[in-house]
Amino acid sequence: MPAREVPFRGGGFAPRRIRHVGWLSFLVLVGLWELASRAGLVSPFTLPAPSRVLAALLEMAGSGELARHLVASLARLALGWALGAMLGVAVGLAIGISSLARSIGLPLVSALFPVPKIALLPLLILWLGIGEASKVATIALGTFFPTVIATASGVDQIPKSLVRMAQSFDLAPRAIVLRVILPGALPGMLAGARISASIALVLLTAAEMIGAEHGIGALVLQAGHLMRSDRLLAGVVLLSVLGLAIGAAIGALERRLLAWR
Amino acid sequence: MRLRAEGLAHAYDGIEALGPLDLAVESGERVAVIGPSGCGKSTLLAILGGLVRPSRGRVLLEGEPPRGSLVPLAYVFQDFALLPWRTVEANVALPLEDRLGAAERRERVRAALARTRLADFARAYPRQLSGGMRQRVGIARALVVEPGVLLLDEPLSALDAQTRELLLEEMLGLTAGATLVWVTHHLDEAVRVADRVVLLSARPGRVRAILPVPIPEAERGRPSALAELARLRHELWGLLREDARRAEATLGAGPADAGA
Repeated sequence: MPAREVPFRGGGFAPRRIRHVGWLSFLVLVGLWELASRAGLVSPFTLPAPSRVLAALLEMAGSGELARHLVASLARLALGWALGAMLGVAVGLAIGISSLARSIGLPLVSALFPVPKIALLPLLILWLGIGEASKVATIALGTFFPTVIATASGVDQIPKSLVRMAQSFDLAPRAIVLRVILPGALPGMLAGARISASIALVLLTAAEMIGAEHGIGALVLQAGHLMRSDRLLAGVVLLSVLGLAIGAAIGALERRLLAWR
Repeated sequence: MRLRAEGLAHAYDGIEALGPLDLAVESGERVAVIGPSGCGKSTLLAILGGLVRPSRGRVLLEGEPPRGSLVPLAYVFQDFALLPWRTVEANVALPLEDRLGAAERRERVRAALARTRLADFARAYPRQLSGGMRQRVGIARALVVEPGVLLLDEPLSALDAQTRELLLEEMLGLTAGATLVWVTHHLDEAVRVADRVVLLSARPGRVRAILPVPIPEAERGRPSALAELARLRHELWGLLREDARRAEATLGAGPADAGA
């Protein structure tokens, strides 16, 4: 058999991020949308041009309306998410380290996690009234379950030898929780925070569409009623930016707290 | 300190994994435990260290701990068991926290890192270290508490052959004079480190033979000792071979000792 070069067969199946392509494709998409709108290919009533959405945003920012909506939403989101996350971490830790808590908690959490929490909003309104409490409770409830699951599985993923090691040095149970379990479960908890934050944002919007005067959800709903699609889309852009900002904040926290990885 | 195990036996889910066996480790003695896969070597060590409750029997620790000892029994783990989010010095300091003041803690950690030649890597994270260096951190962490008895669970098994050889020599120096129980499945390692080699039978592991190593530890690395060490190794392998073959054939039929 005559000698021939061995062909390279090892290419592909290793996707990597190409710099700037993401931003550029986004800009191209927005540019095409703007052009289509200006050329009359798209009705400005159903889908206003990005420039009109921006103008609506600037107008609301100038009048102070934007700040009112944003502050109301951020307050509900922060309170609901913090409540749900704190309780979720506590329950998840308990499930992760206690046989009794696991036996009681895991079936309950597994059964209740798939229930769409927004379906419970009318019930929460009945219990807590149409004011802030029911909205915050909905967000807390939606945050609680994924946090429990992320924390418990984070604890489960800690190699047993690390706990054994701590026990071999007679570390007190409290010290084992603080120095081994909590830091070991942190990557799982932060991954869970990403998921729960996006759920919280969905629930925030939905909750604000029922009986809220201020808030981004209320803004979107009111704009829809008034057929102000530019303001409606401005609200959607705000939600998107809020989601991105929360994701970036969690990313920064991960880089700081999980630098050892 | 002296360690004594009386009538130890252990079963997992009704399957006899270990014993019954008796074992005594005298103060300052180095005992290697060897046996076929799944015979319960690591379970025995975990029971000796109080990390697994035996189904039957008890473990007694006799004598006074060395001066300055904070933990009577310290463990060195096969997989190093380092906290990946802590630096080398923070890993070594872990057993000292809540026990010593900051100044004494710093001094002990500094001394332990110097002994294990890790001083230049004090601020490194475990992922930045080679396998051999990670195990040196594990050893520093065990030595820093000045234990009465050192328990080593296959401490060199996760390392490549050359690193193993280097670290073995280093560990012999670091643990000179210590009472230790060293579990291994390497015959060469057992005869190099031990004053006595305890050979366990296939599961359930019982003491099948105890072989003294009649060569002073300091001479074992010399060419003159090679023939005697090779003879001992051959004798051990002769005793172990059939059990190892049987264990190989039946492995997977029950709980592995490493996970115990």
